[in-house]
Amino acid sequence: MKTLNEFIELFAEQFDETDASEITPNTVFHDLDEYSSLIALSIIAMVDEEFDVTLKGDDMRSAVTVEDLYNIVINKA
Amino acid sequence: MYNPFSLEGKKVLVTGASSGIGKSIAIECSKLGAHLTIVGRNQERLNETFISLDGDKNNHNQLLLELTDYERLEFSIKELPVFDGVVNCAGIGTTNLFQFLTREKMQHVFDVNFFSPVELTRLLIKKKKIAKNGSVVFLSSIDGPINSHIGNSSYSATKAALAAMAKGMAVELAPKNIRVNYLMPGQTETPLIHNEFITEDQLALDMEKYPMKRYGRPEEIAYAAIYFLSDVSTFTTGAGLVIDGGFTLI
Repeated sequence: MKTLNEFIELFAEQFDETDASEITPNTVFHDLDEYSSLIALSIIAMVDEEFDVTLKGDDMRSAVTVEDLYNIVINKA
Repeated sequence: MYNPFSLEGKKVLVTGASSGIGKSIAIECSKLGAHLTIVGRNQERLNETFISLDGDKNNHNQLLLELTDYERLEFSIKELPVFDGVVNCAGIGTTNLFQFLTREKMQHVFDVNFFSPVELTRLLIKKKKIAKNGSVVFLSSIDGPINSHIGNSSYSATKAALAAMAKGMAVELAPKNIRVNYLMPGQTETPLIHNEFITEDQLALDMEKYPMKRYGRPEEIAYAAIYFLSDVSTFTTGAGLVIDGGFTLI
């Protein structure tokens, strides 16, 4: 299973304008300027590809920080 | 009573009849007197459709079949009667962003949405299982032939391919008096649109984009299939009908 840091790196790759340094475990990702439904779909697809986990739209909504989302992924893996 | 849309005694094959638009088409066709052969993958759900069919159950058949299993498909077709109408409804929805759209994912959606209905129809034609004056209907979509949506490139590609195939088939089969047409629904209230990727809030928001502020009902698509199946449309072939509450107008 990938570590939190590896998850953060993959998470950050889904953004184009947001610098990777802005993405930390505590980042409230819904507040990022670039975050959109399209980025959310990218993250869902990345998690499917890298973790073989299917995130639902509700999972994306309920997670507040990047670490919250990582924990959801880990619990489903 | 005068009813030019009557399907009295017509033998009609409907795939994807376990749910959604396929189920509605099967039921509405039976109400107009058609004798149905319904095809699906799930015995329980297919049987639910079968129970809902109107008229003498002895006139209807159900066939449990995985349409992507081409060997079984060819074998099963030999046992089937000659049809006056074939409605290819079986299909899946997919959400894949382009950069994650691997060859395998693309192959899967093309197998189900494009290759299976085309191969089924090809075999039916080849084995002379479609009557002269018969009608073939494909379930295309507005997505593909007209527009597209985020995450829908592969789905759209299958539906555009179906529309193009229907036109080519229409030209070739016209001498046999077999017509081939396709339907282009917008979003329709079926299990296909309620998937894990879309929240109910997002669906409600999406409905607002429709001039009629709602999605289609399965029977509203079924009535269009009935137009293509019945004798009212005997001069209509290679045609696609948009049924989207005006969505593609704006």
